Amino acid sequence: MSVLVYTESEQGKFKKVAFEVASYAKEVANQLGTTVTAVAINIEDASELANYGVDKVLNVSADSLKDFNAKAYASTLRQAAEKEGAKVVIVSSSTDSKTLAPILAINLHAGYASNVVAAPTSTNPFTVKRTAFTNKAFNITEINSDVKIVGVSNNSFGLVENSGAATVESFAPSLDDSLFGVKVDSVDKVSGKVTIADADIVVSAGRGLKGPENWGMIEELADVLGAATACSKPVSDLGWRPHGEHVGQTGKPVAANLYIAIGISGAIQHLAGINASKVKVVINTDPEAPFFKAADYGIVGDAFEVVPQLIEKLKEFKANNA
Amino acid sequence: MKILVCISHVPDTTSKINFTEGDTKFDTNGVQFVINPNDEFGLTRAMWFKEKQGATVDVVNVGGAETESTLRKALAIGADGAIRVNAAATDGFFVAKQLAEVAKNGGYDLIIAGRESIDYNGGMVPGMLAELIGANFVNNCINLEVDGTAATAIREIDGGKETSSTSLPLVIGGQKGLVEESDLRIPNMRGIMMARKKPLNVVEPTDAEKETTAVKFEKPAPRGAVKLVDAGNIDELISLLHNEAKVI
Repeated sequence: MSVLVYTESEQGKFKKVAFEVASYAKEVANQLGTTVTAVAINIEDASELANYGVDKVLNVSADSLKDFNAKAYASTLRQAAEKEGAKVVIVSSSTDSKTLAPILAINLHAGYASNVVAAPTSTNPFTVKRTAFTNKAFNITEINSDVKIVGVSNNSFGLVENSGAATVESFAPSLDDSLFGVKVDSVDKVSGKVTIADADIVVSAGRGLKGPENWGMIEELADVLGAATACSKPVSDLGWRPHGEHVGQTGKPVAANLYIAIGISGAIQHLAGINASKVKVVINTDPEAPFFKAADYGIVGDAFEVVPQLIEKLKEFKANNA
Repeated sequence: MKILVCISHVPDTTSKINFTEGDTKFDTNGVQFVINPNDEFGLTRAMWFKEKQGATVDVVNVGGAETESTLRKALAIGADGAIRVNAAATDGFFVAKQLAEVAKNGGYDLIIAGRESIDYNGGMVPGMLAELIGANFVNNCINLEVDGTAATAIREIDGGKETSSTSLPLVIGGQKGLVEESDLRIPNMRGIMMARKKPLNVVEPTDAEKETTAVKFEKPAPRGAVKLVDAGNIDELISLLHNEAKVI
């Protein structure tokens, strides 16, 4: 009865979050005195998972799973869980995982806790801490069902190396046509850009930037840091930036290690969206901006003067610390 | 087309969050409740289908009598009828089970739910509901067109968007983008008057177990004061981020 973990990938390679959920699964397996089995879909080399405590990989190669399909992916995980007798299934908090987990929960008659930010505090009863009220609070949740699904919040547990050996086994789930009622026609994705969901660092800007033409320096700062770009709600409402970059209560939550807010005053809905981020830096001309009360570090200053300097200094820093 | 819109009754986004009874209950004192923002985008899209394609729109909520004001607001915005399942919405699975019962009994073609509620943020109800009733499911939906029984949906994915073809019956987890924020509707006096005459049916819950229990709440630890760095001393900020915070 191993702990099962779904390790997400893109174009044949694991996403960083796959290693984080594997690390989490290892911790749960240690608590339960069992092993970790990973499910990897259309992966070129599954052996990397061994570095994060995975004992066995069920390697699925299937053309029909080339595009994400919630029901077919959930069915694959159900079959893997049944084969392994898994009582705990770990998934991430990516858009895809949050889509398949509820379906899997019905298929496995499992309770599901999403947005979990720490290892279980107890396995009997199975108790986890999750965010609620859009990061304005935490909720201690017990999962009462026999099988349990835990959705781990990104960047909350981190990567924990646990080197070992993993056996890799081919796994061919049975997937009937009824699972494919939603067919992907096209995917429109900015390639080579760090996404908010995957990012360790997010550089976000607001109305203080005065117009979309000034986003070049935000993108440059993000490039230097290997960060994703984001924005406040008014900026996406004005059409300066796409909706997908809007961070906040009705936009995306951000759980980055470093969140840099430039020209954002810090409305309560925005602060809720970024509350799960670990370190917050704010740059704003207004010393009374509410964001200064929520930030770790702040600069009272004009973004148009501070950001170009920050870019140059970070370039120097990177060159000296390469 | 018969549309069911699932409505959560949630604290307004500006609410301060506090707890009572030994941090086991949300403190509703002084809190304004609203239609869950993700559901509001869905409700507005449903109104579009009603006006352009002649759909009928019902709204449903699982909750106590205190949630009826929120359902009445949805009726005032233009929904044709409302259903309240008379039970506390304490667990996502329990709620999905109740909604599935309403969906099956009503023979709905399209069910619109918000991708998550802004109180418990479980994000599980739309997917569970779809699976329970055997409907197709598109989550994080930011655009939906329906032509007969065929549907085209766009969903937000990490780093972009994806267009897919599917068919009714369909459940979507909707969000901002499904309609523009500027298109969201505020009930007018006529709508409010008409809403009083529209049916609001209260049904008793079906038997369903609760798979999760919210045992306690905690508030984040208070933060220390911000460390201010002089605008002319960017080196200090970089040093703090590298040596103290260890994030670069």
